[in-house]
Amino acid sequence: MAFFLARRLLYLVPVLIAVSLLTFSISSLLPGDLAMTILADQATPENLAALRADMGLDQPIWKRYFIWLGHMLQGDFGRSFRTGQTVLQALVERLPVSIELMLLAQLGALSIGVPLAIICAVRSGGPFDRFMTGTAFAMLSVPTFLSAILLIYLFAVELRWLPATGYVPFAEDPLGNLRFMVLPAMTLALAEWPGIMRILRSDMIATLQEDYISLAKAKGLKPARILFVHALKPSSLTLVTITGINIGRLIGGALIVETIFALPGIGRLLVGAILTRDLVILQGVVLLVAAGFVIVNFIVDMLYAVLDPRIRHGHA
Amino acid sequence: MTEPALLSVENVSVNLPTPRGNLRAVDQVDLSVGAGRTLGIVGESGCGKTMLSRAILQLLPKKAMLSGRVMFDGEDLVRLDRERLRKLRGRSLAVVFQDPMTSLNPVLTIGTQLIETLQEHLELDGVAAKMRSIELLAAVGIPAPEQRLMQYPHQLSGGMRQRVAIAIALSCEPKLLIADEPTTALDVTIQAQILDLLAREQRRRHMAMIIITHDLGVVAGRTDEVAVMYAGRVVERAPTPDLFKRMRMPYTEALLAAIPKIDAKPHTPLPAISGRPPDPTRPLKGCSFSPRCKYAWAQCQIEKPPLADADSPGHQYACFRPLNTEAGASA
Repeated sequence: MAFFLARRLLYLVPVLIAVSLLTFSISSLLPGDLAMTILADQATPENLAALRADMGLDQPIWKRYFIWLGHMLQGDFGRSFRTGQTVLQALVERLPVSIELMLLAQLGALSIGVPLAIICAVRSGGPFDRFMTGTAFAMLSVPTFLSAILLIYLFAVELRWLPATGYVPFAEDPLGNLRFMVLPAMTLALAEWPGIMRILRSDMIATLQEDYISLAKAKGLKPARILFVHALKPSSLTLVTITGINIGRLIGGALIVETIFALPGIGRLLVGAILTRDLVILQGVVLLVAAGFVIVNFIVDMLYAVLDPRIRHGHA
Repeated sequence: MTEPALLSVENVSVNLPTPRGNLRAVDQVDLSVGAGRTLGIVGESGCGKTMLSRAILQLLPKKAMLSGRVMFDGEDLVRLDRERLRKLRGRSLAVVFQDPMTSLNPVLTIGTQLIETLQEHLELDGVAAKMRSIELLAAVGIPAPEQRLMQYPHQLSGGMRQRVAIAIALSCEPKLLIADEPTTALDVTIQAQILDLLAREQRRRHMAMIIITHDLGVVAGRTDEVAVMYAGRVVERAPTPDLFKRMRMPYTEALLAAIPKIDAKPHTPLPAISGRPPDPTRPLKGCSFSPRCKYAWAQCQIEKPPLADADSPGHQYACFRPLNTEAGASA
């Protein structure tokens, strides 16, 4: 297991280098001139040249990459030239919102998707299974902005149970925080449970036809044990991957949902940075998302090994 | 035959709906096994022997339709409620499947898979169950049993895995063990070891056993009685010595001829049964074996021969032209 871990960690090095290269190239490859953007109407040729020299933009690109990488490795991610806030500060401020949203959404999606998948797999081909598979397919085709608006209409406008938009930090008012989080998390969960259900359902159906499930029945084990210990564990590898991808994606914030519900998360930071051409913040967010993906994928790999001993021992 | 049989399969048929029509996998089979006795069920692939074993265990696919009765220890397994059936399976009625590569759960340790059965049926605490698991693994000839408990199936060879599967089957001292082609998936050198292990444990535990195989050689020295199946039916049934001495059914003869002989001259062609078993979705009017039978005559194609008593006790066969009789051809 230690060897497996070390090998996986080693794989991360080239991935992280590639990530840093791509992130860095954002500032150089995007159309427009950073110095020009900053100076706007005060951009005289002298001012431009001075600022370029000041920011190191007159250096050759490979040199700039190493300078930039050096700063990154020291934890200096730069500073927004609009707000003066450091990137790190901006991210640290926004990250808890996005992470909380992501966790609640995953929790919701899993607690809808997993039980439904198990029931459908056990009764595959039956009326319940056919109904749920159809529903899941329909739900997959509902875009988040639509379900967000419908949820706001139902729970905020008609029933007046929950606030439509806004946010308070969890530390200030835990209950109020959760009230603000329910609808956005539900919106994301509604978009994600169908994928979870469909994947787990089909894997479960395949597993239930395995010889070892017949043997588990022939051993006289309780149905719950057969289902949860013998069938669910070997069926959950794809589920773990899907959940990992979802988590990785949501670390970068949920653009649409955060915008609709006015949550101050990473997603809105990103939207703001794009609209104001704040390249430094943009770079920071992209780096965070990429790093998030890499880390989540690493954790998914580890979970594979925990779930399937054949991977742990390098057999499969 | 005064003592009631431990297991009696009475008029069991299994029908499977398929896109090409109804498939009659098992056709009105009657069989019985007494306590502590061994029965061999022999037939080629697709003859219904595995479906019959699944019918006994109530492990048929969902769509399969089963009719008849499976009386086990005074209870009809077909009509038993789920909870009672669960208490019997693994406890009194155990099974070893064909392929140990797929019959053990790849993500659970050997120990978990053994101990869960023990704890389900025997009310053992963790330590006692572990001790018993070690004893069981040692009994089926697994070296270093204590370490094996922590290992996963993929860390063991095929033969070792089948020994583990046998240990699981034996764990609660079942009254009946069904071994469904227990050696087909194994190396030839391991086959005899596994069969001898099964025979030894069967005698030692005085349990009844059904060995399902396509190899008449497997049942020859190891069973009390043999039933030969063809196209879902039992076509010949006899006490084992009697079957080999006085076989009546041409299909049995053909099966026996298909076993390679150790004393045959090199390069002797192995006699194979020509043709294939009939399509089970299109039952024949006459004897199912008649299209492949070298002795068949007109009657065989028109009428289905009933399973009738032979001259020796306990011997039955379904044939109009039985071997070595006046009606049949002398082979």
